[in-house]
Amino acid sequence: MADLTTDFLGIKSPNPFWLASAPPTDKKINVLRAFEAGWGGVVWKTLGSQVKNVSSRYSAVDYHNSRVMGLNNIELISDRPLEMNLREIEECVRLFPDRAMIVSLMADNDRASWHDLIHKVEDTGAHGLELNFGCPHGMTERGMGAAVGQDPEIARMVVEWVMEAATIPVITKLTPNVHSVVPTGRASVEAGSNALSLINTIQSVTGVDLDTFIPNPNVAGMSTFGGYCGPAVKPIALKMLTTIAQDPVTSRVPVSGIGGVSTWKDAAEFMLLGATSVQVCTAVMKHGFRIIGDLCEGLSNWMDEKGFTCITDFIGRSVPTLTHWEDLDMNYHIVARIDPDKCIHCGLCYIACEDASHQSIRLDPGHPYNTYTIKEEECVGCNLCKLVCPVDGCITMVEQRHGAEYLNWKEYQRRGLPLNDH
Amino acid sequence: MAIKDNRLEPQEYSRNFSDIHPPFESREAALVDANRCLYCYDAPCTKSCPTGIDIPKFIKQITTDNIKGSAHTIFRSNIMGGGCSRVCPVEKLCEGACVYNLLEEEPIPIARLQRYSTEPAIRQRWQLFQRAGPTGKKVAVVGAGPSGLSCAHVLARAGVEVHIFEKEEKGGGLMTYGIAAYKITPEFCEEELEYILSIGGIELRYGQELGRNLTLAGLQQEYDAVYLAFGVGLARRLDIPGEQIPGVVDAIKFIYDIRSRGYPEVPVGDKVAVIGMGMTAIDAATQARRLGAGEVTIVYRRTRDEMPCTQAELDIALLDGCRILWLAAPQRVLGDAEGVTGLVCSVMRLGEPDTSGRRSPVDTGETITLDVDMVIKAAGQTPYADLVTGCGIGDNKGRITVGEGGSTGLAYVFAGGDCVNGGKEVVDAVQAGKETASAILQLINS
Repeated sequence: MADLTTDFLGIKSPNPFWLASAPPTDKKINVLRAFEAGWGGVVWKTLGSQVKNVSSRYSAVDYHNSRVMGLNNIELISDRPLEMNLREIEECVRLFPDRAMIVSLMADNDRASWHDLIHKVEDTGAHGLELNFGCPHGMTERGMGAAVGQDPEIARMVVEWVMEAATIPVITKLTPNVHSVVPTGRASVEAGSNALSLINTIQSVTGVDLDTFIPNPNVAGMSTFGGYCGPAVKPIALKMLTTIAQDPVTSRVPVSGIGGVSTWKDAAEFMLLGATSVQVCTAVMKHGFRIIGDLCEGLSNWMDEKGFTCITDFIGRSVPTLTHWEDLDMNYHIVARIDPDKCIHCGLCYIACEDASHQSIRLDPGHPYNTYTIKEEECVGCNLCKLVCPVDGCITMVEQRHGAEYLNWKEYQRRGLPLNDH
Repeated sequence: MAIKDNRLEPQEYSRNFSDIHPPFESREAALVDANRCLYCYDAPCTKSCPTGIDIPKFIKQITTDNIKGSAHTIFRSNIMGGGCSRVCPVEKLCEGACVYNLLEEEPIPIARLQRYSTEPAIRQRWQLFQRAGPTGKKVAVVGAGPSGLSCAHVLARAGVEVHIFEKEEKGGGLMTYGIAAYKITPEFCEEELEYILSIGGIELRYGQELGRNLTLAGLQQEYDAVYLAFGVGLARRLDIPGEQIPGVVDAIKFIYDIRSRGYPEVPVGDKVAVIGMGMTAIDAATQARRLGAGEVTIVYRRTRDEMPCTQAELDIALLDGCRILWLAAPQRVLGDAEGVTGLVCSVMRLGEPDTSGRRSPVDTGETITLDVDMVIKAAGQTPYADLVTGCGIGDNKGRITVGEGGSTGLAYVFAGGDCVNGGKEVVDAVQAGKETASAILQLINS
């Protein structure tokens, strides 16, 4: 059984699965239930200036028969009294000393407010702080949240204030509502932030009610832009995580990965692209804390299979394999192959290739089952047929190199090699 | 032993004849299955539907809550798509071809989804088609069964005035009179008929029978074209001794009575033999049981490998407690003027393949006697040979001979459905009516 224990800047947790700062971590009753279920740590829901929330708060995007492929929220930071939160944090730390307790913060935009809040939180015995520079709704209108994270210089200033007061590790949480997360990430690290976490939610409108014509979530006939999260945002989060893991400045600090982590597979992917721990919210919002069982068991079994004894064996392992397009090998060529024994004759590969790719699949009519075969000389190896095929292993991509040597686009152009003529 | 009616309590009849394939309970339930559909290209299910319904499209439309579009997709290919969703032997048509079968997974419940879309359309009379302006053309259709109605609907859509002549008191043909009531209720048949007629331009005249109070020559004179869709007649004669004994009944008549007289009014024996193994035989046997017969034995002269009904149909009979006697051919009915006392069957074995490719039964010389008081004949139906010959429209064993587009030897006279093919599925009849309507339109509009 692989060792899942995690050491994040000295913050220890029995596994890398933390609950992200969100409704599941906004009070003792939830957090204790999470720890009992086996969660490695929590990031307590953001504390800061006093707010009040509206009703309703969430809306979702469903896909086919699956509910909540993406979740959108317009809930603000914790609307409970600060003292109550602090008291409960202290109790949770005392009851579960082996779990990571990070507290998310968003103070008013002045040095004194930040210092005051940090002192109060450190008194609870919490292990780390997470700076919420990412909340994309509501708080931004008051110059907080994403309003800080979207401007590297403001972020730098606030992190500097924080580092003046903080004695425990500081994680800066980045907003994805920017063209690149790197500038704010760099500014934060240069200002002393000990770690980064990403991504916060993405600004969104999840849909419009086709009967009332009002976008959701509906608050008395009006709506507002919310923050989008859940499985739908994972690919975006992975890309942003990679840019942080590849940058010479931001890659110096550990990263906590966030954005649509629902299964142990998602977690493994975040970790392969540089995350030391992962934070989960939407999956728990949908299914409850019980999902931690499979998260741990699945990750552990996979690690055993791959021969990894601890998580540091693979954290960041895939980062070097993401490169620039112009460094890709143009001599690498693959063609699709359809296994006739596995084919169920649904024709999905054919119509995708015919209408959207390179007309590389032959259709031999049959009744009722047509036969589909690849025209290898036409196939550009795009993967589309394989992606749409409903049968695993039916379509495989077979390597047929154009040449033995590695040949990238720059070299290809330099040699004046031929372009397509059709 | 006796043949008698009113064997059961009202609630027993109602339970026995309730819907065998109940509809989806909810939108969510329908969506679970609709979303499983892979949306195949050049889909095997569509190619296996005689009317060529674009099945992936209508299922996709269910998933987008476009039920009107879904119903339109179904009805544009098959105006009896509602009835067909209940009576089609889908296990050998669309659902049998579903690619999920090749994954050893349950096929998409296409019929049930088709019912999901068509039922509200019929109930709420959604007008999904617009009639073209009047062309001034008039066509006569003989027979208000699936083929005649399908033809009439296509013609009406094209602005033709259609008169349908029906010998019964109700329309729908075998859909109304010849199919087990637990598959399709008489009430539904009426609703479906009303829905088809609601497009307008179709006048249905009841009690009109070709050869009795209607002549082909008269119709030819009065109309621009005539479509003959009068179906097939009674059950094939067994031509064995004792066939005239009271208690030997025709399956078509038996089912007709169940459909038209009400369950308690239809007499059934204590011990019943049903001869044949087609859909009609199954419908007769299961309904005999459901009317309260103590024992029902289906007698078939070949084996399971050659049976014309589907396995799904056979399973219904077996679950109803019907006994199957394979390799037995009726030899003579025992009894007297009082009624049937038994059925003697020859024990058969399989010999060489016949012209149909099926191994033909050969008499072993042994016999077996069934202790029964009622015999239901369901060994195929006989075409209206005299009518066909009398009209001078070919005699292919009593069936009408047709050429391209359903044309007969007589100018402007067309035919299709059971009276041409000798008796196939409802869906085949619908397709024949649809195809012939196109041919008729081409001819009368040229």
